[in-house]
Amino acid sequence: MPLTQDTESEESVLNVQNLKLVFETIQGSFHALNGIDLQIGRKEILGLVGESGCGKSSLALCAIGLLPPESARILDGKILFKGQDLLALNEKEMEKVRGTGISMIFQEPLTCLNPLFTIGDQLGESVKVSFERRQSSRNTSKSEDAKEEATRWLKRVGLPDPTGALERYPHELSGGMRQRVMIAMALAAKPSLMLADEPTSAVDVTTQAQVLKLIRSLVDEVGTSVLFISHDLAVIAQIADRVAVMYAGMVMEEGAVNEVFKQPSHPYTQALLRSFPSDEAKGRDLDIIPGSVPDLMSSPGGCPFHPRCKNAKYDCKIKAPEFREVSPGHRVACEDFRSLSLY
Amino acid sequence: MIQELLRVEGLVKYFPAKGAMFYSETGLLEKGSRVHALDGVSFSLDHNSTLGIVGESGCGKTTLARAILFLSRPTAGKVIFEGNDLTDMSYGQLAKLRPNMQLVSQDPFSSLDPRMRAKRIIAEPLRVVNKNKDEVDERVKMVFEQVGLSQEQLNRFPNEFSGGQRQRIAVARAISTKPKLVVLDEPTSALDASTQAQILNLLWHIQSDYKISYLFISHNVSVVRHMSDRIAVMYLGKVVELGQAVDITRNPKHPYTAALISSVPKPNPELRGEVVEIRGETPSPVNPPSGCRYHPRCPYAKENCQQVGPNLVKTEDDRYVACHYPLS
Repeated sequence: MPLTQDTESEESVLNVQNLKLVFETIQGSFHALNGIDLQIGRKEILGLVGESGCGKSSLALCAIGLLPPESARILDGKILFKGQDLLALNEKEMEKVRGTGISMIFQEPLTCLNPLFTIGDQLGESVKVSFERRQSSRNTSKSEDAKEEATRWLKRVGLPDPTGALERYPHELSGGMRQRVMIAMALAAKPSLMLADEPTSAVDVTTQAQVLKLIRSLVDEVGTSVLFISHDLAVIAQIADRVAVMYAGMVMEEGAVNEVFKQPSHPYTQALLRSFPSDEAKGRDLDIIPGSVPDLMSSPGGCPFHPRCKNAKYDCKIKAPEFREVSPGHRVACEDFRSLSLY
Repeated sequence: MIQELLRVEGLVKYFPAKGAMFYSETGLLEKGSRVHALDGVSFSLDHNSTLGIVGESGCGKTTLARAILFLSRPTAGKVIFEGNDLTDMSYGQLAKLRPNMQLVSQDPFSSLDPRMRAKRIIAEPLRVVNKNKDEVDERVKMVFEQVGLSQEQLNRFPNEFSGGQRQRIAVARAISTKPKLVVLDEPTSALDASTQAQILNLLWHIQSDYKISYLFISHNVSVVRHMSDRIAVMYLGKVVELGQAVDITRNPKHPYTAALISSVPKPNPELRGEVVEIRGETPSPVNPPSGCRYHPRCPYAKENCQQVGPNLVKTEDDRYVACHYPLS
């Protein structure tokens, strides 16, 4: 497929089509993604929510080409990034996409920052790369400029004493500060898409509020699209424009965040929202989802949620549900959905 | 009048500050530096009720759990359990009380011995108090069913269970001796949303069956609010506010509580409300700030907040606030 140059006219930054991913392990094949269809528009934050093992992180790693090559196998599908199929690229071409095209932040910043290099070294690298790629002539990227730009970024993400922080090592910063550095590194190269994999799960709730606000304002400023992965429905409700709910390697429901939270249509989304210990539920039992998340080695046939679904019918056991539109922009993978008004 | 089960008075726990994690903010540590993990914590807990302890990492929640159970001896202060002062007790006397006070810890993957079968894990605390093997077996089967596991799983090893099931085993172990107090230290933090709701319901039912009192420790305000009758909010080793759960969450009086509650994300995109942002970072517990520990981050701090630390005082019925200028 030829590289499309006319990227600005593309509607969606990322377009995932029927993606199927399997991990081959000693125990057998592990079906991580079973036909994912997702789009992320320009300047849009798509929240991807689901429980552990549903394939949220695999999807992100797949998009940035960081899956373990020895075990991961893509069976089918495409990941179009501005019209270009990422799965067809070789490692060298993929390298050019990373950083300036797609960047990523992870849950635990301490394991992602190199403990032997200062913040300045690591952020500077990301800044230099963006300089080099943006300017065709080579002689313009000076290290003083890079340093200045790095300081500016640290200031932007709200680090106290940004010049001093350049000389510090990751262990000298708190968890919240490290996550801010990660965000600066991910955005310094002004990528078109940032993949954020549980970026606030390792920090305290007051820090989380700060980090969410920061991501929101920087994304608006830089104009980056975001795939925001979280297990926490409430966090997604606070930050995302659209939301996709995943279960056992499938997208169960997708739509504008206001609509999905207000009128959840898939039984899984409904159950998840009802199991949240909210103010109204105090003093009574929470609604629960019986059983536990299925083993992806031996997925149940038909709809993966049918063993735990209270609306399940005979058909649900044999036929996989179609992912179809219930209202404009709101899609549900359920044959027998009933919208539920929650608030 | 409802009887008091547990009373904690001025509990203090200091640790010697060692290792790299305390070097960052202050440079080299002076000899004899201490981590002020708990600094004068007082509260009481009634029979058959739940006190929630909420606070962010490093505020001393887990230290409190361990100090109350005398798993690590407090530096100063008293723990009075059913009128008995644990501080004066010998190891042997404490051991006799232990069946009445149990612990469920956060990580069900490390709190269960991987080489023991579920049956033996649950029987272990029982065998300390009851030597009759048949009675122990019967009790194990009973609690196993009460926590929602089936008999045929009794002979399995921990690795054959899911995270939620393991936490059920940990709960079964804790209630096997029919304790009066169970300290739940982040019991659902390692679990998924759907499993969390299952465990919370289970804990709820067990409490009403056994008339247990819970000390429910968590960083998750939504979960603590759901489970607790009363809530104590901790910050840097001190209780800053204590009161009825509904009052604390709906009408916080301490500026820190207000900021904490407003930071909790709500599962409703229409409530992207204003968050009361906290300035800066939690200071090091090695050199806690003078006066009120929250003053460097508090938007309402005045001069005397830097010098005089506020005591936890009663402001109204069952409401205690440690602030010179509580919010109205």
